[in-house]
Amino acid sequence: MNIIMKLSGIIKSAVLVSLLFAYPTGLWAQKYISYESKVSFFSEAPLENIEAVNSSASSILNLENGEIVFSVPIRGFEFRKSLMQTHFNENYMESEIYPKSTFKGKVSGFRPEPGKYSATAVGELAIHGVTRKVEITGNIEIGPNELTLLAKFPVKLEDHNIKIPKLLFSNIAETVEVTIEFNYRPYVTN
Amino acid sequence: MLQTSQLLIILLFVSTHIFAQDDLMDLLEQETQDSTATIYTEGTFSSSRIINGHSVELRSPGVLEALISHRFGCVCNGISEFFGLDDANTRIALEFGIAKNLNIGIGRSTLDKQFDGFIKYRLFRQQQGYRNIPLTAVFFTSMAVNSTEAPPDLDWDFANRTNYTYQLLLARKFSQNFSLQLNPTLVHKNLVEKPQDDNDRFALGIGARHKVTKRMALTLEYYYNFNQPDDQDLYNSFSVGVDIETGGHVFQLHLTNSRAIIENGFITETTDDFFDGEMHIGFNISRVFNISKKSQTSESW
Repeated sequence: MNIIMKLSGIIKSAVLVSLLFAYPTGLWAQKYISYESKVSFFSEAPLENIEAVNSSASSILNLENGEIVFSVPIRGFEFRKSLMQTHFNENYMESEIYPKSTFKGKVSGFRPEPGKYSATAVGELAIHGVTRKVEITGNIEIGPNELTLLAKFPVKLEDHNIKIPKLLFSNIAETVEVTIEFNYRPYVTN
Repeated sequence: MLQTSQLLIILLFVSTHIFAQDDLMDLLEQETQDSTATIYTEGTFSSSRIINGHSVELRSPGVLEALISHRFGCVCNGISEFFGLDDANTRIALEFGIAKNLNIGIGRSTLDKQFDGFIKYRLFRQQQGYRNIPLTAVFFTSMAVNSTEAPPDLDWDFANRTNYTYQLLLARKFSQNFSLQLNPTLVHKNLVEKPQDDNDRFALGIGARHKVTKRMALTLEYYYNFNQPDDQDLYNSFSVGVDIETGGHVFQLHLTNSRAIIENGFITETTDDFFDGEMHIGFNISRVFNISKKSQTSESW
């Protein structure tokens, strides 16, 4: 009797535990983490176009509630010209003081099931230590076991207290165009 | 037993519940902590020179630097010589990034009509992350040849016209604004002024940069000589300056007691006393060009 009681107890708890474990994957894998990313910006100016690409950014998206976060290491931006990269880090972005740019927000305009959606993210964009509320539209493509996110948006340098010396004004556009592309797969905890 | 399993279930519930509410950003931070990434320290100095001497800064591969330096006459000559500006020692140089850690350069100075060539090799670099190295170390060596016409009574062959400099440049960027460099130096002179003079002259240089704004910095440089002949009115080189960065250009303006622009000259042949008002106005202007295939235009922003 005692053994049966014990056994049923163990079985009960085992069933409950397995249900708990099954819950996230069984219903929907709600958290997705990026495994590949590309953040680039382009600035068109009379004298010279400036372009840089960063492939070390990362992001997590919660499909269940649309919560999304991005983290972009500033030093990960690669320029064609090494001196530009140094100046970008040293003088413009001050990457030693502000090593990361982040976005924290919520995406809406999609359903958590396979398909292509035009979605909008509303949240806080932090660049160069200045956080601003922004709205960014983009595309989200949800596949059976992965998803892709694409967006393009302007960033006004003045908004983030990034100063351009007057001498160089014609050289650098006041607004740069940022393009992001992230590929995600389900986030699995250990 | 039942109680234990219930407790277990409750605990599990609680933990998943907490987990679901975890800040996504914290999770992302955890996931992206990369211990293998190396962060190199950039911009220890604004230019390849602190004032007269080399800094630990190297040009990237494929980058050509055109460097024009002037050291004017003595400020002490007053208005009649326009504070020395009537008389200039000029060095025109081309310096080139060959590999990630290797630069070479050639130059020509007005003073003594000297031709010089140098090799600069970075041994290791200040970095954080996978490895923590607190210093950047660069080995520098140069050769200079005096090409002035020989006095009639002197046998002045090529060897006698040649001087060599060997330096170890050790620098640390202590903060965004402050960098310091130490330069143990050996200058070998094939021909010395007097027979009792040493051919090998040892010196220790110290250089510092303090940034006052994002694009402007104050600099200081001093070379202490260990075995300077004391009967020839020689002084240690002392200089103060300002660095102004404007994108592709760096302007360096300074006051120095040295006329010479290259190592063997300003370290061992400085004949003016800075603190007695024997100063010279000088400047370095550098412009870098990308000459690799990837980019054909000059750097500027």
